[in-house]
Order: sequence, then structure tokens, then C-alpha cells
Amino acid sequence: MNNLLVAHSVSKNFGDFKALNNVSIEVPKGSIFGLLGPNGAGKTTLIRIINQITMPDTGTVHLDGELLNENHIKDIGYLPEERGLYKSMKVGEQALYLAQLKGLSKSEAKTRLKYWFDRLEIGDWWNKKIQELSKGMAQKIQFVVTVLHEPKLLIFDEPFSGFDPINANLIKDEILRLRDNGATIIFSTHRMESVEELCDDIALIHKSNKILDGKLVDVKRQYKTNTYEVGIKTDSNTALHQELSEKFSVSSANFKTLDNELKLNIKLNDSDKPNEFLSYLTTKGEVSHFVELIPSVNDIFIQTVKNN
Amino acid sequence: MNHLPLIIKREYLTKVKNKSFIIMTILSPIIMIALISVVAYLSQLNNNKTRVISVLDESGIVKEVFKDSDNTTYHILENMNLDDAKAIVKETSNYGLLHIEKFDDIDVLSKHIKFYSEESPSLTLISSLESKIEKKLTNIKLRQKGVDVEMIKASKININLAQESFEGEKTSKIDSVVKLIFGGLAGYLLFMFIIIYGNMIMRSVIEEKTSRIIEVIISSVKPVQLMLGKIIGTSLAGITQFIIWLILGGVLMTIVSAIFGIDMAQSPQQDMMQQAMENPEVNMQVQDVITAFYHLPIANLIVAFILFFISGYLLYSSLYAAIGAAVDNETDTQQFMLPILMPLILAVYIGIFTVIEDPHGTVSTVFSFIPFTSPVVMLMRIPFGVPLWQQLVSLLLLIGTFMLTVWFAAKIYRVGILMYGKKPSYKELIKWIKY
Repeated sequence: MNNLLVAHSVSKNFGDFKALNNVSIEVPKGSIFGLLGPNGAGKTTLIRIINQITMPDTGTVHLDGELLNENHIKDIGYLPEERGLYKSMKVGEQALYLAQLKGLSKSEAKTRLKYWFDRLEIGDWWNKKIQELSKGMAQKIQFVVTVLHEPKLLIFDEPFSGFDPINANLIKDEILRLRDNGATIIFSTHRMESVEELCDDIALIHKSNKILDGKLVDVKRQYKTNTYEVGIKTDSNTALHQELSEKFSVSSANFKTLDNELKLNIKLNDSDKPNEFLSYLTTKGEVSHFVELIPSVNDIFIQTVKNN
Repeated sequence: MNHLPLIIKREYLTKVKNKSFIIMTILSPIIMIALISVVAYLSQLNNNKTRVISVLDESGIVKEVFKDSDNTTYHILENMNLDDAKAIVKETSNYGLLHIEKFDDIDVLSKHIKFYSEESPSLTLISSLESKIEKKLTNIKLRQKGVDVEMIKASKININLAQESFEGEKTSKIDSVVKLIFGGLAGYLLFMFIIIYGNMIMRSVIEEKTSRIIEVIISSVKPVQLMLGKIIGTSLAGITQFIIWLILGGVLMTIVSAIFGIDMAQSPQQDMMQQAMENPEVNMQVQDVITAFYHLPIANLIVAFILFFISGYLLYSSLYAAIGAAVDNETDTQQFMLPILMPLILAVYIGIFTVIEDPHGTVSTVFSFIPFTSPVVMLMRIPFGVPLWQQLVSLLLLIGTFMLTVWFAAKIYRVGILMYGKKPSYKELIKWIKY
């Protein structure tokens, strides 16, 4: 049993609107899973189904091998994108209440809250009301409340919104630490650079359908086009450009170099080996730059969404 | 996991600890008592002022009926003409002047009686003068026609129909009044309770939506549980407030009347009652009130009050919760409020107009079965003795509808709490139920 969460062909309709169409995902244990997609694609619906807020019309969701049921509520921690706290309640009271709703006893919740509040250096906020805190401060408390009951599965929907770079980094480190301690994390965001940085696996949902999923490296491997960025010093740049254009598909590249090199993006033919190509290049001049172009998540996202 | 007690506790504590709730709880009885005191004080002031009325009776046959009372003194003028009398009355700033001209024929004389005054006199004063003169002149006329007035008085018979149901239950007119007061009070209390605390529930649902905490909560709790917890918690806070109002009101009333010596019961109406009590006939009525109270089906009243109050209140408050879930802010609630308020107001009007007229008539009976009006109308009818089967059927209908509305409200609630940014139409609400 390597997957903590398995959703199998889940569909959900709201009236005539199809929010999810036969979507299946598998989230491996102990990984960070990126759930990606444009606005309105159906990510939130899927997350709500995992949280048992909405029920799927068809399809099943298994958590740790068991069909999703009420007992799993305490195994999941959810930080929704639309989040807030009771404005007129005190921080401590509120955190205790929410922790108790997740099944912690009052004393247990208190001990754990003390630990987390000290850890994030927010201990002196205990008796403040939420309306006295800034947005970022409230977000920190929400983060603590989400992870407090040490769930197996954590779902973060845009966890970094509202944080300054320092605190965003702090939260990012906490997320990685939680993963290292054994938690599995589903991470939904539009910030592709954080997907690049954090995610082990991804799934891309577009217009209610899953259009792409797998290990991030596999996806990248699948999307790479055998293209290399090349910088080469020759006596006659135009002559080499001409020669290369005849053999490969070539476009001009743009990167910073010290000399006046010929800079090209060269897409190799399927039969070509990179090593052979490099040795061929060395016969033409002095190679100063040779990098394989690996597509970014951003590129993959835009490309797949456009193609669909 | 059952989180209901936890939710109820939070809802109750946040309501009770809320500053405006505390202020309202303490201030309302103070303001009420202050207002009552002012009114009582002013009307006392008004009553204590004695009025002097001058009487110029040229015929000399009426003046003996004017005897001084607590707040009216009669000053009999003699041997002067009308103009002199007017001048004197003005000078001494008496309240007014009653002028009776001299005629031998009583019928003519009766048409020549006038009251002069600076301001237009009060209606009660005029009618009291009229009745005094009327009585005297009637007696004189009777005597002129050779009728013995004493004989008429002696042969007068007073009828007070004793009422009894076929089961042998005795009732009277007083009974009906006492019943009406009890029924009206119960119905009105329910009406007020629904409006005040239903609104409070609605606001608290809207608050959860606007603060965006709702999604966090319902990832741990079923929406129905949250809704019921809210309704119960808020109701308990409401009951607490009501009890504090009663106690505080009672204490303040005692303190105020002790310090300022204002007798709260000394309203003009009760003054009349007191005067009437000297009359043995009315004295019996006071005893009747007490027996009427004992005649009330008290056990039935209490049980029915509790059952109808709770189910009626839950019926309406679940609707309020659904409205709160359907909208984003309080201003959008208007279009949905009317359908809730209409049956409530209808119920109170039916209670007031129809139940008084005929507590077991078709209209009141029918409306005491229709679930949305039945709690109020039935509570008003019960003191008059409603057959048990009727009460049971009405209650069952009410509970059935209540469960249906809770189900319906929970559906709307479940979908509505996660909907932002659009003002839903009725059509859309129906669609939500199918989700």
C-alpha cells in the first residue's frame, strides 16, 4: 500500500454544470502532491470531496486503503483557500475550539498549541482577538490549527497567500518538515515556482477533467523535446548557423555570455545522441555553453491547458 | 463524532459574552421601567389635580346632585346672571362653568344646559356630568308622571347568565377574559421570541460566511450539526436573556416603587376598578377572576406551551438559518424575510381578532392546524379548552413540517454556506436542494 489517498473516477455535477468528470488521482504516502489547474477547473470541488464536505455523484475515494468515512475527519487537516476565523473570538479560545472539533481533548490541544505557538513565536497572541491581528498573523494561526491534530493527510490550498516572503519561507520549511515527519501533503496553488520547489508528484485538472499526472520528473521527461541550448565561438557564425539549420530545427536563443558567440536552441532528431552531437559541435568551434532545455512546470501548465 | 455539545457551548458563550448582548440585557429592563415610571408618575400627577367646577343652576332642581369627589370640587353659584358667573369663573380660574337655565318643562330644560370652559373639557368629565344630570332629570320626570321611583329601583332584576358545558365545567364571561389574556400572552411571547432570536441566528450564520471560517468548520463538522448547534445555542442565550429581564425587571420595579413611592398599579383604569370594587357586584367579579384562573386547564396549558413553543420556534429558526446561509450580507435578506414574517403576522392577527370572537370557529380551528400559524393560534386557543385530538393532530403536523423544514434548510445551508458573491433567486434555492 504505497498510496495514502486514491480517488477513483470521481464525478460531480452541480445542476447542469459538470464540476468533475471521471477524475482519478493517486497520492503516494509521504509525498507532496501538487494539484494544479486554472481557476474553476474543479480543484476545490475535488478537495471538498476528499474532506467530505461534498459527496461525489459517482466514484470512490479511499484513504489508507479504507473507503472514506466519518472517522477520517481527524486524519485530514485542511487549509482552504477561502479561510478566516471568528473575528470577535480570542486567538487561544478559537484555536482550542477548532482543535476540539478535530477530536483532540482540551488538555492535549492546549499542550500542542503551546508548543506550536512557541515554535512560531506567537505565544503572546493567545488573549488577543482576531480582529486585532493582521492578515498574515491570522494566517499563521490558521496554519497551526490545520496541522495541530497531526493528521496523516494535509491539504493546503494556496498556503502562501497573504504571507510576506520571510513568513512564506517559514511556512514552506514547516511544510517540508511535516513531510519529513511522515505526513502526506496535497498542495494546490497557482505559483508554479513553489510547485517546482516542493512537489514530488503533480496532477493537472482542466475543465473538470484530469489531463496530466505522474511524478514531476516523469512529466518533465515526457515533455522535454530533446532541445539543447548551445553557445559556440566560431570564425564564421553565419556559416555554422546555415549548416546547423539544414540538419536540425534551430531557433535563436537568448542568454548572457562574455563573447560574441553563436547562440542557438537546437532540437535534435530522435535518432541523435547528445554526446555525439556535442563532439560534432567541438569540431566546429569552441563550445562555451551546452545545456539541455528541461520544460518548467509553468511551460507544461500553459502548454497542456492550451492544447486542451 | 458528535460535536453538538461543543458547538452549542461555543454559540452560547459567544452570544452571552458579546458586549451588545450584555448591554441590551441590562439596559432593556432599565429603560422599560424608567418609561413605565414616568408614565405612571405623570398620570398620577394628572389624577391628583383637583378641578373646580362652578355650577349656576337657575332652575334650582339639579344642583344637589353635584357632590365633591376626590378630584372634582363643585362650587355652587347663586343669585347672579350668566355674565357675572362667567366673569367670576374666569377670575378664580376655575376649570369650567355649568349653566342650567330655568324652564318648567323638563324636556325644554334638558335642551338648555351648557358647559363653558377655557380649554375643551375632557370626555370623561363631560360624560360624568351628563350622566348625573340625566339621572336626576329622569327621576323628576318619572315623579311628575306619577311613577314611584323607589318602586322601579326595588323591582330591578340583575341577570348574570351562569354558563356550564355539558361536561359540567362552569365558565363565565370573566373566565373568557382571563383565558384570552393567557392565550394572547403565550402566542405573543412566541412571536417576539421568533423574531428576536431568529434574526440573531441569521446574523450569526452570515457572520460565519463573511469571516470565511465556515469551510474550516464544516471540514470537521456536518453542516446539519453546525446549524442545529447554532439554533440551540442561540435559543439558550435567548432564554437566559429573558430570565434576566424578568428578574431584573421585577427587582427594579420593587426598588423604584419603594424609593419614589410611585404605585405602579395606580393607573387610571385601576382607579376605576377600585371605585367599582366598593360595589358588591363587582367585588364578586374579582373573586371570579381568581376562580377563573383555577378553571384554566393549567397542566394542559404548560405542556402545550412547551411543545408548541419549541417546535414552532425551531420551525422558524431553521428557516432563518437557511436565509442566512443563502445570502452574503444582511441587506440581501429582505426578499426572503417577507415569506417568513407573513404567516407569523397573520397568526397573531388571527389570534387577536378571530380567537376572541369565536375560539372554536372555523377560521381559528383551521389556522390552528396549519403548521406555520398553528403554534401561535393554538397557544391562544388552548385556554378555551381544545379537544386533545385536535392538539395532537396539530402538534404532529407541526413536528412533521418542522422536520421537513430542517431538512430543507439544511440542504440550502449546506450549499449556501460555500456560495459567495451572488444573490440567489428562489429558483436557484430550489436547484440547491437537488445538489
